[in-house]
Amino acid sequence: MSINEEVDALRRIPLFSNLEPSKLKLLAFTSERLTYAKGQTIFRQGDMGDAAYIVLDGQADVMIGATDNQRKVATIGKHSILGEIAVLCDVPRTATVVAVDKLVALKISKDLFLRMVKEFPQMAVEIMRELARRLDRTNQQLAALSKQS
Amino acid sequence: MPKSLYGFILRHSKREQITLLLLAAVSYPFLYYSYDLPKLIINHLKDVAVHVKDGSLGSYPAHVVQGVSLNAHHYLFMLCAIFLALTLINGGFKFYINVFKGRLGERMLRRLRYELYVRILRFPLPHFKKMSSGETIPMITSEVEPMGGFIGDAFVQPIYQGGLLIVPLVFILVQDPILGAAALAFYPVQIYVIPRIQKRVNQLAKRRVQTVRSLADRIGETIAGIQDVHAHDTSARERADFSHRLGTIYKIRYDIYQLKFLAKFLNNSINQLTPFLFYSIGGYLVFQGRVDIGALVAVIAAQKDLAGPWKELLDYYQQKEDIRIKYEQVIGQFQPPDLVDIKVLDDDPPEGVRLQGDYALSNVTLTEGGAVKFLDGVSFTAPLTEKVAIVGDGTSGKDELPLVLARLLAPTGGSIMVGGQNAVQLPESVTGRRIAYVSHAAHMLGTSVRDNLYYSLKHRPLREPELDEAGKHERERVKLWAIQSGNTPYDILADWIDYQAAGVAGPDELEQKALKLLDLVGMDDDIYHMGLRGRIDPARRADLAEAILKARAALKERLISDPSLAALVEPFDANKYNENASLAENLLFGTPTGGAFADDALATNKYVLQVLDKAGLTNDLIVMGRKVAETMVELFSGLPPGHQFFEQFSFISSDDLPEFQALVTRVADVEPAAMSADDRARLLSLPFKLINARHRLGLIDEAFEKRILEARKLFAAELPESLRGSIEFFDANAYNAASTLQDNILFGKLAYGQAEGQARIGDLVSEVLATLDLRGKVMQAGLDFQVGVGGSRLSSSQRQKLGIARCLMKNPDIMIVNQATSSMDGQTQSRILNGLMETFRSGGLIWALHRASLARPFDRILVMQGGRVIEQGRYEELDKPGTAFHAMLKDE
Repeated sequence: MSINEEVDALRRIPLFSNLEPSKLKLLAFTSERLTYAKGQTIFRQGDMGDAAYIVLDGQADVMIGATDNQRKVATIGKHSILGEIAVLCDVPRTATVVAVDKLVALKISKDLFLRMVKEFPQMAVEIMRELARRLDRTNQQLAALSKQS
Repeated sequence: MPKSLYGFILRHSKREQITLLLLAAVSYPFLYYSYDLPKLIINHLKDVAVHVKDGSLGSYPAHVVQGVSLNAHHYLFMLCAIFLALTLINGGFKFYINVFKGRLGERMLRRLRYELYVRILRFPLPHFKKMSSGETIPMITSEVEPMGGFIGDAFVQPIYQGGLLIVPLVFILVQDPILGAAALAFYPVQIYVIPRIQKRVNQLAKRRVQTVRSLADRIGETIAGIQDVHAHDTSARERADFSHRLGTIYKIRYDIYQLKFLAKFLNNSINQLTPFLFYSIGGYLVFQGRVDIGALVAVIAAQKDLAGPWKELLDYYQQKEDIRIKYEQVIGQFQPPDLVDIKVLDDDPPEGVRLQGDYALSNVTLTEGGAVKFLDGVSFTAPLTEKVAIVGDGTSGKDELPLVLARLLAPTGGSIMVGGQNAVQLPESVTGRRIAYVSHAAHMLGTSVRDNLYYSLKHRPLREPELDEAGKHERERVKLWAIQSGNTPYDILADWIDYQAAGVAGPDELEQKALKLLDLVGMDDDIYHMGLRGRIDPARRADLAEAILKARAALKERLISDPSLAALVEPFDANKYNENASLAENLLFGTPTGGAFADDALATNKYVLQVLDKAGLTNDLIVMGRKVAETMVELFSGLPPGHQFFEQFSFISSDDLPEFQALVTRVADVEPAAMSADDRARLLSLPFKLINARHRLGLIDEAFEKRILEARKLFAAELPESLRGSIEFFDANAYNAASTLQDNILFGKLAYGQAEGQARIGDLVSEVLATLDLRGKVMQAGLDFQVGVGGSRLSSSQRQKLGIARCLMKNPDIMIVNQATSSMDGQTQSRILNGLMETFRSGGLIWALHRASLARPFDRILVMQGGRVIEQGRYEELDKPGTAFHAMLKDE
């Protein structure tokens, strides 16, 4: 498994898609690649987040609710990003994520990510754009919802 | 200690000084005759010369010496032989006297340093607030250094050199009074002028000593306050301040030089005038026939010898003044009032002494400089076995009362009786062994945890070290030297540990006790992990090494039986490339010990290069190094120099990056064989750091791994004897002394990228060690953990825990705790509190608490305010509305 694979995965994430390949490579090189066994928890709802995860291989269940009353809300797969809000601001995890089967993920720590953003302002601009796009989308959805009601 | 230097010298070296003087006196006659002989020789030559001119050498009358008749030749040779003998004898005297002086000087210097150090031990504690270690340290180390040289010279030098001056002078006077007068002519001028100049030099020297001292203090202050210097951006001010001080020193020294060399100049000029007088007056006297040529030549020769001793005398005078001032200034700093009586430190304890009875304080007052009252009439009586809590705010006297109770501070008024004895008069061998005191900032020695724990048991040397005959002889000599210099005869290499005081029979039981106490203060887990991270010498701890090998086997079994665990560790296998180890580790298949095979040295190690060449790997590794360099340049060149990423992730430091940038372009299309030796070495150093699983650069494929394995075999097979000690090979059946205990148990590499791998393996290792009952043994190894300077490698709460455990080692009758758990979390605090309550069930425990609410389990609570005890009683009695204690509880 080479680093190029990880760069490829990073490029598929909208948040990173517009970044120069060399920056993505640095991000990949400085990040840890982690393997989770079936059923292992990647992070837990309510914990403070310190990293985002990019799924390189395998699937994970996203669950919401207290430990004894968990409800699966989604299953995500290859090339998706998990917990990215935590690296941008200090909020607790909003869900618990568990590996469905063997799962390989790239762990981008908050510290590392912020340092990259500080070093390469281009990254910050790209991320802002992506967040604005999301906000816009949310606004439109809200507008659509309010029209419906 | 004598206030004057000469007093000190006379008190401790009178006999030696007299010996020196006698030696000097005995040497003078020889010296005198060595001046007289040239005269005889030259006059003899003159007589003979007359006969040679006449051609009547044969009729030259024979000299009769001791009844032997000698002709002209024989007589000359005899005179020359005597001259040679005298020269040797004079040289011999000088040599012996100089060695004697040197030894005496060193001995006295040793005594002086020792006495100054003992003084520090005798300073009353409040004095330390006033003194600065920055000033004190150079006093004992460098400032007294020149005194040693001087002390040897103190008496003999003026007399000996004076003699050396007087002997030729007398000789000259005997030859002719007028010549003698000429030789003496200028001394009065010098004797008048030079002391005047010297006096000014002395004043400057005094100022210099003070300025240099304050400079040392400044440096110490900067180091101590470095955080605040940066935090407030005051480095420019600090620099200016320092420069200002240097300027002052510069000015003083410059003035000193000017004056010193002025004195030298005067002296030399005058000395040059004397020969002028000799040639003119002496020549005239020869014409007159009053002096013969032989005498004049001898006088001129003797005159030359005047300059030497005269210069020495002047130097001596200058030095004497310099040293005298230094001595007085140093001693002045070591004479505080209330110096602790040396008996307090020296007296041995009465046999089987224990502190029993009551603490009785009556009207105890503690003031500083008459102004600040820390304690103001504290009176109470409490059985020594009571558990007493002291509460109050920062200025209540809560900090000071425990120090007074531990007899570390002497009260300025009132009395403290401990078990019916006046505490102030008790020797430290009673208070320091029967009372244990620990503050929140217990000092840690920069050695092992073990040494720190046993420190409280080392009062006197108890057992001589085991020595062979030669060693015993050497020890006797060293001891004699120590006694001659007034030093302690105690041997630091002896065994000082008082097992009896610890209530154990020997080292093994003591270790058990130490572990039990560490458990009591809640440091068992820390010590266990220190042990796992530590190394042991398998030769000395064969039992543990063997046990660890058993643990290795047990762990292996666990890993094999559980595939989910197996993924966490990649074991070392002589026939397999380890993906989680670096290329260097894979090649060496061992742990480097010493520098030869260290990571940075590998690419330049001759043997390694030889092996790589033989395996045909060199050029491929260089090509790989080029790829690594290209990748690093690509990844890191956008970052500012010194960015954290370099240290954390890069193979190339930020300083070297520009060089590698140039290198990468330069060798982009060059065959390795065509590169310069320098470039090759640089590139070759990079791939050794590659860890496949971690770096994921995809540079090492399976085929290449196979070739590394071949090189590995080659490396081991042909390793020359001289390098055998530079590496510990991985061997599944042997303990690896260069690796930590944990690495020895794992015998492999933690796999990268396994979620929570480290924690899971940590648990597994603990489990395995627990089943083999090895946790205790690992903790024993943990006792050897090096704590760093002042315990810097420990957390502040670990230091506090060790400080408490150290107190308990000596089984004190009374334990005094001065806010010594302030860095710990609440749970640990109550654990330790309960532990100590249990330990001192029948002993005394006095605890100055940083929080009043912790006082509940104590028998008696002293509530302090403004240096007074304002309330005392049990918790329930005091916790009532309206009491100060109640208010304190409410405030928390």
